[in-house]
Amino acid sequence: MGELQRLSRRAFVFGSAAVAGGVVFGSYGDAAQAATDSDNPLSAGLGPNSASFNPWVEISPDKITLIAQHADIGQGVGSIQPIMIAEEMDLDPGQFEVRFAGPSPAYFNTGFADEFAPFVAADQSPAAEEARAKTLEWLRQSGLQMTGGSSTLPDTYEKLRVAGAVARETLKAAAAKRSGVAVADLRTQSGHVILPNGTKIAYVDLSADAARIPPVLDAKPRDPSKWRLLGKPMMRLDIRAKVMGELKFGIDLKTDGMLYASVKLNPGKGQPLKSYDASKARAMPGVRKILEIKNGVAVIATNSWYAMKAVDAIACEWAASAYPAEQADHWSVLESSFKPEFLGKEWRKIGDIEAGLKTGRLVEAEYRAPYVAHQPLEPLNGIGLVTDKGMDIWVSHQSPRFVQYVAATAIGLKPEQVTFHNQWAGGSFGHRLEYENVRVLAEIANQMKGTPIKLVFSREEDFLQDIPRQIAIARHRGSVDKSTIVAADLQLASTTPLKGLLERSGTPSKDPDGQLAAGLWNVYYDIPNFRATSYEAQGLSPSTTWRSVGASTSGFFTESFIDELIHAAGLDPMQARIAMCTVPHYRKVLETVAEMSDWKGPLGNGRGRGVAFVESFGTPTAEVVEVTKTERGIRIDKVWIAVDVGKVVDPVNFENQVQGGVIWGLGHAINCELTYAKGAVQQTNYNHHEAMRIYQCPVIEVRGLENDPKVRGVGEPPVPPAAPALANAIFAATGLRIREMPFNKFIDFV
Amino acid sequence: MIELTVNGIKRQVDVVPEMPLLWVLRDELGITSPKYGCGVAQCGACTVQIEGMAVRACQAHIGEIAGKSVVTLEGLEKRDQHPVLQAWIEHQVPQCGYCQTGQIMQAISLLDLISQPTDEDINEVMSGNLCRCGTYPRIRAAIHAAAAKKMAEK
Repeated sequence: MGELQRLSRRAFVFGSAAVAGGVVFGSYGDAAQAATDSDNPLSAGLGPNSASFNPWVEISPDKITLIAQHADIGQGVGSIQPIMIAEEMDLDPGQFEVRFAGPSPAYFNTGFADEFAPFVAADQSPAAEEARAKTLEWLRQSGLQMTGGSSTLPDTYEKLRVAGAVARETLKAAAAKRSGVAVADLRTQSGHVILPNGTKIAYVDLSADAARIPPVLDAKPRDPSKWRLLGKPMMRLDIRAKVMGELKFGIDLKTDGMLYASVKLNPGKGQPLKSYDASKARAMPGVRKILEIKNGVAVIATNSWYAMKAVDAIACEWAASAYPAEQADHWSVLESSFKPEFLGKEWRKIGDIEAGLKTGRLVEAEYRAPYVAHQPLEPLNGIGLVTDKGMDIWVSHQSPRFVQYVAATAIGLKPEQVTFHNQWAGGSFGHRLEYENVRVLAEIANQMKGTPIKLVFSREEDFLQDIPRQIAIARHRGSVDKSTIVAADLQLASTTPLKGLLERSGTPSKDPDGQLAAGLWNVYYDIPNFRATSYEAQGLSPSTTWRSVGASTSGFFTESFIDELIHAAGLDPMQARIAMCTVPHYRKVLETVAEMSDWKGPLGNGRGRGVAFVESFGTPTAEVVEVTKTERGIRIDKVWIAVDVGKVVDPVNFENQVQGGVIWGLGHAINCELTYAKGAVQQTNYNHHEAMRIYQCPVIEVRGLENDPKVRGVGEPPVPPAAPALANAIFAATGLRIREMPFNKFIDFV
Repeated sequence: MIELTVNGIKRQVDVVPEMPLLWVLRDELGITSPKYGCGVAQCGACTVQIEGMAVRACQAHIGEIAGKSVVTLEGLEKRDQHPVLQAWIEHQVPQCGYCQTGQIMQAISLLDLISQPTDEDINEVMSGNLCRCGTYPRIRAAIHAAAAKKMAEK
């Protein structure tokens, strides 16, 4: 872990400003180097007469295997990543197999370079680009392998196409050597090199030759105008298997001789077990063993249900949580965190904020966002087998090398003794960046040495152990002079999601949590006096990254407050945003959503529209929500959303992801909170934490723009504008300004 | 031993009668398209047919369905040409896909009840099936497409 710790120390010299997203676009040469300069993790497993030119392509005499570098948590990595390689290799879907990457520094995430550099995304100045380039170098050295931060496309868009081009040109070089034909006279099509006389040589037939020549490193990816697959509607590779019920998720795996485990852990997250009584459980059907683990108990049984029923019957006495037992006290701590001793960082200061606030009319508002749960539909699970040599773990996870570290640390192994096999995930939303199942599975499998153990969390246990999204309060002040916004002073007290995750990953950071700046400092309106400040609340529940992370709360606070200022100035919410927006291609995003929704001011008759604009992870996103006030409550009728991602590489999946992000943002804003009582969350199944069901789902019209100079991700950016656009729409329809999530505490929804 | 028919094949299982069908299918019989999501009929991911009716397998005790016929997605007749599955593929409904087998089993049941459902019908019948990824717009479109296809085939 030395290397990863170095990342923590060095990357966070910048104050862990995990704010903006995207990739540092080096030259093709840089990207090709990124594709080849690390030790290639595929080399060790190569069979005879097989070739691998870089960490993403493997060709053996019988098949071609392409590596999906990131975890597939539903966002389509297992399809788009191999297809980017296949595009350049002239492979067709069906001509290759896909495998998830194992742990290796070769798979470091270049897409985090923008996030970790202390510049807002729209800042493309030489100083900003230089800082991003430095951060990229640190990422390379540390080997940070992680899926998250909407970085899968920014990370891989260039390097996987380069990897494919290198493979293609190397295969051509091998064919040239064998046939005596000049490389320039060869072409490739459908998995074959084609000679001028029409003779076709299959790539797999060239594997032995290709293995004996050096890879052609100066290969260049094609211009997008030449694309066969990318940029056009295509069938995701995993769709058919998922529809036919044939795709095996982690929870579906089975091995010979396997036993099943379920657990009950201290709901006061992270605290130990004091005592337990398992006498009832011991006598229940199917029970093989009761185990005590670090912070709870486990039952080993002959199937999952027997294990869950038995563990439920164990009476446990728990040590008290380290955070306040009752929810009201969590809010109190936040309320008293707006003090110098809790200062995270003053992220941005423009003009003279104190003088600005004294000009014109002062507007003040307080906003709140509760803890919420991730709760992907596939609960935490995994299979573990510990032998004298080490541990094998089959689990879906976004941070392969940290899985090795966490599992190894739990049972006294070295990280390299843990063999990690990544699995298809039934969703994540940030849940599979955490380690509860990994740590517990290592402990159980270690006590059951030699027997494969399948661990499945019950839904209730999953809720109880789910490390929630940050809780936050914002106290915003601003001033309006006639029809001009003069000042905005944005202040936030919050728990620290990224810091918490880094600490649990074994790479603690003392620097301010950069995610508390997301959605707070990257405001692109022409407001002459501006300040953005974060305070870090101490002693509350651990919190972690939840789809869109800091911006999921700050986007709501900031864009609701901007709306209040705009109304105070007597302006139209859409026209004012467009007029104030300082970045031309961001303004275009707002203009696009105005055009899509045919925005013409207030609707009247109990109908209302709200707009919000947030850039998160480098992706500028604008949404308009339209609602109607009915006798049964607010009905969400329609959403229009415009997103600029630089390049839409998979248009169908793009639309699906964007719609999903809107639904995620709206559903949780309306319906969801986690509250603590006696140190445990009170919501333990979906009926307590429902988010959106189909009956509440509006029509969602999506448009992708390609004006940003970088390729941007889209998994998270549609989330942050959804809640403020809805709150602003409810204000327009009813006059009620909702400043706290979930909204259903203040108004009914149909 | 409890005997039942699963996807047309007689099976015997040696478990307690209170065990939910879901876990019998998954852990005892190795049939994994019915998914565990909530265990309390809140998510619909475990939806299967018992005697032709869509049922949450997490709520059906195995003892109560002895001798009955269970069909999971794996056992649908002419699965490859099934209009609902075809529509699901054509509209590329899944993201993570974990809830989709349950969504599909529920949608088949909906179309058996109402051959040309409105959006309101879909909202009503499909609201017990949770999708955390947010594929609802595509679920609606796929159901309408499957209904149109079934109509055209008649």
